[in-house]
Amino acid sequence: MQLTNRAKPVDRQPMTFLESLYLWNILKGMLITFSHLFKRKATIKYPEQKRSFSKVFRGLHVLNRDAEGRENCTACGLCAVACPAEAITMEAAERLPGEEHLYREEKYAVKYEINMLRCIFCGLCEEACPKDAIYLSQTFAPANYGRKGFIYSKDELLIPHPVNDKEAYQKALGEKASSN
Amino acid sequence: MYLLAIDLWFILEKAILIASIIGLSFFIAMYTTLAERKVAGWMQDRHGPNRAGPFGIFQPLADGGKLFFKEEIIPLAANRSLFLLGPGLAMITSLVTSTVIPWGAPVVTANGTIPLQVADVDMGILIVFSVVSIGVYGIMIGGWASNNKFSLIAAIRGASQMVSYELPMGLALIAVLFTTGSLKMSEIVASQAANGWHVIYQPLGFIIFFICALAECNRTPFDLPEAENELNFGYHQEYSSMKLGFYLFAEYINMFVSSAVISTLYFGGYDIPFVNEAAWGLQPWLLSAISFGVLMAKIAFFLFVFIWIRWTIPRFRYDQLMNLGWKKLIPLALVNMIITMAVMLWLKK
Amino acid sequence: MNIIELLFGTLSVLAIFSALMLVTSKNPVYSVLWLIVTFFAISGHYILLNAQFLAIVNIIVYAGAIMVLFLFVIMLMNLNKETEPQKNRWLKLAGAVAGGCLLLVLVAALKDVDSKKPENFALLNGGNTGLIKNLGKELFTTYVVPFEISSVLFLSAMIGAVVLGKKEKQNEAAH
Repeated sequence: MQLTNRAKPVDRQPMTFLESLYLWNILKGMLITFSHLFKRKATIKYPEQKRSFSKVFRGLHVLNRDAEGRENCTACGLCAVACPAEAITMEAAERLPGEEHLYREEKYAVKYEINMLRCIFCGLCEEACPKDAIYLSQTFAPANYGRKGFIYSKDELLIPHPVNDKEAYQKALGEKASSN
Repeated sequence: MYLLAIDLWFILEKAILIASIIGLSFFIAMYTTLAERKVAGWMQDRHGPNRAGPFGIFQPLADGGKLFFKEEIIPLAANRSLFLLGPGLAMITSLVTSTVIPWGAPVVTANGTIPLQVADVDMGILIVFSVVSIGVYGIMIGGWASNNKFSLIAAIRGASQMVSYELPMGLALIAVLFTTGSLKMSEIVASQAANGWHVIYQPLGFIIFFICALAECNRTPFDLPEAENELNFGYHQEYSSMKLGFYLFAEYINMFVSSAVISTLYFGGYDIPFVNEAAWGLQPWLLSAISFGVLMAKIAFFLFVFIWIRWTIPRFRYDQLMNLGWKKLIPLALVNMIITMAVMLWLKK
Repeated sequence: MNIIELLFGTLSVLAIFSALMLVTSKNPVYSVLWLIVTFFAISGHYILLNAQFLAIVNIIVYAGAIMVLFLFVIMLMNLNKETEPQKNRWLKLAGAVAGGCLLLVLVAALKDVDSKKPENFALLNGGNTGLIKNLGKELFTTYVVPFEISSVLFLSAMIGAVVLGKKEKQNEAAH
């Protein structure tokens, strides 16, 4: 069966004397490698240069806040249900009076953990969320020495406060800010 | 005691020369390791090491420092004294060859001329040859003393390869010696400066010599003694720390010295091509410095070719290696010798 | 005592010591290595006699090629202290007698030398016969017949080796 027109039958003829000296073919090969000296490098100088991610890249999760800095999440549990890898755990609590500046709705998540070792970064949690409280950012989980370090708690997931810590908030939003 | 009757200035002059040549060998070998990695990177469309210092120029220091601080392991079953002797021998033999190479035009001072050569002996090139033939002991002793099958096989491979490739090397050399009529390195260079480089008269001899030099340095495509995929790591498998460093370093010094020998024998040594430098009327020391620089440029080119070949050609199979050596190169070298003889006789008549 | 005599003494001691070590060491690999040291000491003597060519060729041929093959064989056969066979006592005696005969011949030859005549001594650091040009001229004029005969000897040895190698191949094909 012929798949492409590029297929070449293997040449099994015995080598001629000139071929068996290997010199000509070696010279050809050396010219090829020499031409590669001047080619564009396929690699980049990593910490200084970074490759940009695509817009739809799904990286680490971020728990969102609204413009006043109140947490969006109401601990409805839809993300945990949607998660195929069962990486999300949460505990809900009722908002007490005086906490209105912290949580947007009457219910909020006291505990919100994502196990990054289980997570497959499919983005279903983002799709399931009715409150736009969770989205996947463009960074990926850094290396860690212990398994514990990969279980991200709520403090690590929450986006910085948009009023108190504007710069960090804009940075965390990343490309999402420009797309919205 | 007549011992004190030795010319102290002579001793001092030679000691300085020897020390600087050894220092130079180490320096060049260090930076050849960096060049090797850089060129390998470029040829594979990568950047190569670029973390230690600008463009990675401190990489050899980092590598050397790493080797120094590695744990030194001597296997219990190894033959301890020979195990220690091996890397030392490899290092010594790679350094000794540089004694007979003329590194530049002699410096003329008011008190006489100082040749930039440790020993301009009557046997010149034969000394290079004898040291090359001794060089195999570093590999053999190290490989055997490790008490490891892989090391032993690598050592035996290395020995047979080096002994086999010495023959065509010598035969190619004889043709050069016909044209110069002397074994002295200085006279070989002088005759090339007068009559043109040997590579013009002896292209075949040069190719044979170069291939044999690759084999004698255990460089790809002849790096069978350290064939990673078959012999793990070859003859220095059991070595660690700076003893391993000695072996690896000796290989690069060998490369440097054989580049120098090739430049001297076939590419005019320190002769500056296409010009009559004596007509410039420069200071003699400046002329010596320029000629040294020219030799270094030639050596750098050959080092690049060594590296270039390594990252182009895969390793020969062992039977191919032996076939090439005994059935192709030796007859070719003999033919080259006979043609040279015939042409010389014809020209004399 | 000048520097040449000093060097001569050192080299002689080294040569004799390494030769003794060669004979007495139990491990054949050590023996080969001591033999190489002996060759180097002898090459040093040649250099003292200004026979540079002989010195270098001694190193290239003996230390560099023949000893490599010796070492090669010993390493491949993995000879060591344990595998050394017990030697026959008569064999030892025969060896002693043979060595004694050689000593006798040497002593007899040296006994009659007139130590007063200077031409009976090899010149230390003198004479140019050992330099390559003079040696070549001597070999191809005065001593051309023995030189050619020895080359014929080498040729016959080479042919013998080829014949031996060929014969084995035919046997293999016949099997």
